[in-house]
Amino acid sequence: MFARGLKRKCVGHEEDVEGALAGLKTVSSYSLQRQSLLDMSLVKLQLCHMLVEPNLCRSVLIANTVRQIQEEMTQDGTWRAVAPQAAGRAPLDRLVSTEILCRAAWEQEGACPAPGLGDGHTQGPVSDLCPVTSAQAPRHPQSSVWEMDGPRENRGSFHKSLDQIFETLETKNPSCMEELFSDVDSPYYDLDTVLTGMMGGARPGPCEGLEGLAPATPGPSSSCKSDLGELDHVVEILVET
Amino acid sequence: MVLQSSERHYRDWDHRRLGPWCSPTGSPAPLSCETGCGEGSWILVCRLLVPTQVSLLSMEEDIDTRKINNSFLRDHSYATEADIISTVEFNHTGELLATGDKGGRVVIFQREQESKNQVHRRGEYNVYSTFQSHEPEFDYLKSLEIEEKINKIRWLPQQNAAYFLLSTNDKTVKLWKVSERDKRPEGYNLKDEEGRLRDPATITTLRVPVLRPMDLMVEATPRRVFANAHTYHINSISVNSDYETYMSADDLRINLWNFEITNQSFNIVDIKPANMEELTEVITAAEFHPHHCNTFVYSSSKGTIRLCDMRASALCDRHTKFFEEPEDPSNRSFFSEIISSISDVKFSHSGRYIMTRDYLTVKVWDLNMENRPIETYQVHDYLRSKLCSLYENDCIFDKFECVWNGSDSVIMTGSYNNFFRMFDRNTKRDVTLEASRENSKPRAILKPRKVCVGGKRRKDEISVDSLDFSKKILHTAWHPSENIIAVAATNNLYIFQDKVN
Repeated sequence: MFARGLKRKCVGHEEDVEGALAGLKTVSSYSLQRQSLLDMSLVKLQLCHMLVEPNLCRSVLIANTVRQIQEEMTQDGTWRAVAPQAAGRAPLDRLVSTEILCRAAWEQEGACPAPGLGDGHTQGPVSDLCPVTSAQAPRHPQSSVWEMDGPRENRGSFHKSLDQIFETLETKNPSCMEELFSDVDSPYYDLDTVLTGMMGGARPGPCEGLEGLAPATPGPSSSCKSDLGELDHVVEILVET
Repeated sequence: MVLQSSERHYRDWDHRRLGPWCSPTGSPAPLSCETGCGEGSWILVCRLLVPTQVSLLSMEEDIDTRKINNSFLRDHSYATEADIISTVEFNHTGELLATGDKGGRVVIFQREQESKNQVHRRGEYNVYSTFQSHEPEFDYLKSLEIEEKINKIRWLPQQNAAYFLLSTNDKTVKLWKVSERDKRPEGYNLKDEEGRLRDPATITTLRVPVLRPMDLMVEATPRRVFANAHTYHINSISVNSDYETYMSADDLRINLWNFEITNQSFNIVDIKPANMEELTEVITAAEFHPHHCNTFVYSSSKGTIRLCDMRASALCDRHTKFFEEPEDPSNRSFFSEIISSISDVKFSHSGRYIMTRDYLTVKVWDLNMENRPIETYQVHDYLRSKLCSLYENDCIFDKFECVWNGSDSVIMTGSYNNFFRMFDRNTKRDVTLEASRENSKPRAILKPRKVCVGGKRRKDEISVDSLDFSKKILHTAWHPSENIIAVAATNNLYIFQDKVN
């Protein structure tokens, strides 16, 4: 297997190919290892503990590792250009949320690591790449959620993203989702309110837990109203599952 | 001594009766904390296991307590996650040993009193008190559970007949008072046998109650609750040498408390960046200087230690001293930062040195020299080639603690496979010992263990690939003046003693 960006040489030039292959292999195995480490790190950042806040120290160390890899790959020239909207939002000397950068890169590569391991997905080893899931589609709500994250003082977690939350939702059984929405009373049945409450920083607990969420988050919902357009899109996805 | 009625704790009685105990050597025993660690001179005193559910006992048909204890202890499958010991700490005299577990419980053990009849029992610890310190909570605003796991316990120096300790989970610190009651007032004539108040008209005599001895009861009461001061998870607490204040440190902030005041605390360190996206470093541990009440240190995830003086300013964001070892460029990898993250920092008893533990080493620093440690000890360097796997299974984030012995001559820390290591700073000798049921007969000398790195594996050596990474020794404690150590291995507490004791 060859490193990204390097073309296979045609079989005709045998002597050159062997030498080149040997060189390529050492280069490519390092790149592969580095890529695998990057993927593993991103998966670790994604896996969110359902009910308990993730360990901030661990998250920071993993994020720093990801940054290191990114910097090295940028120097190598193997890092793809950052998506315009992400780069435009923040000064370049400050690394934007690593997740956004990585997702922008994935979009172009058309691959992403497996989200939450467990039910509902056919899983290979952690470092396997698999196609983008439908929850990855909305980009804008994610970036706006990240901005929203900034000023909120009482966040213990380093990175909460809409994608994380929706991925977790996706891994639940479809029957669980129906149960969730069938049991709630009519005032809670406003999906927007429920999802806004979730977006406002609450973690999705077990299905029953979500029912109690809507009244518990009055503050964030006001700032989330602007993102409802994107939410509609997401809701469509959920309803389809 | 009678234990509390909620007693659920059992000693491993079998082991104590089986093995012979070591006879002391012929020569007069030196002062115990000056013997150093030696090789092969440690013996198992007792192993203590604390089960969670009393109801599990009902699964046994035989109601003979001892039989239940024995069968219970032999089968590890009964142990639940709530029993996992998460902190161990001797008090200042070494008479008491406190453990905290994942289930929010604190169990205090007391040293067996010396008696002429049973000399061999000195050095053993029995359960003294058990109480539920923290309960699981739910943060409704963030929709997150707050774990009841006890992260740290710190004793206050004893000032009267009662014992005081601080225990903390991720968010709340509590001050507990543990006191004994061995007398009970008797002779009230205001209530009848069922406890109902008698009609005052029927009372014709004035009787003064008399204190009569009763079975000893140990009770723990929460005296203070220090809550709502930490947004992030508390990793350390440290009692100041003034005995009036203490500090609590979370990932980004350190607060100073007065024991008497629970609704206020001073923030003395804050490393939270204005924009959380810029966060690259967190606080991992903090401790007050043992003698100077204005000085404390805190360690970071980047392998640095900062010493701060509270006299310099109210907010100690600017350190007085900054300890960092320059990186070895030949050892650089993507994991360099992670393995340099300091998991524990401890002042020596003298106050002259600090010891830090990172993933692969223990380092001793002289407070007067900031640019590098004076001593570095390799704990398990054979893991250096396995860092990628350890990153994958998250073991690389394990937080090992480290401890000094009473005279600051020996340091100890844990490793994997239930191994723990001791380093003698004077002789430069080190030893690896194992805390496990299979390999330690009571009172038999612990055999030093060795990990074979590659090539031929000698008999009794264990190869790196056979190490059990789920058996990790994160928490250990050393008696303040004697060579008695407590080692926590999952839900077991091992107490070892230097045989010359």
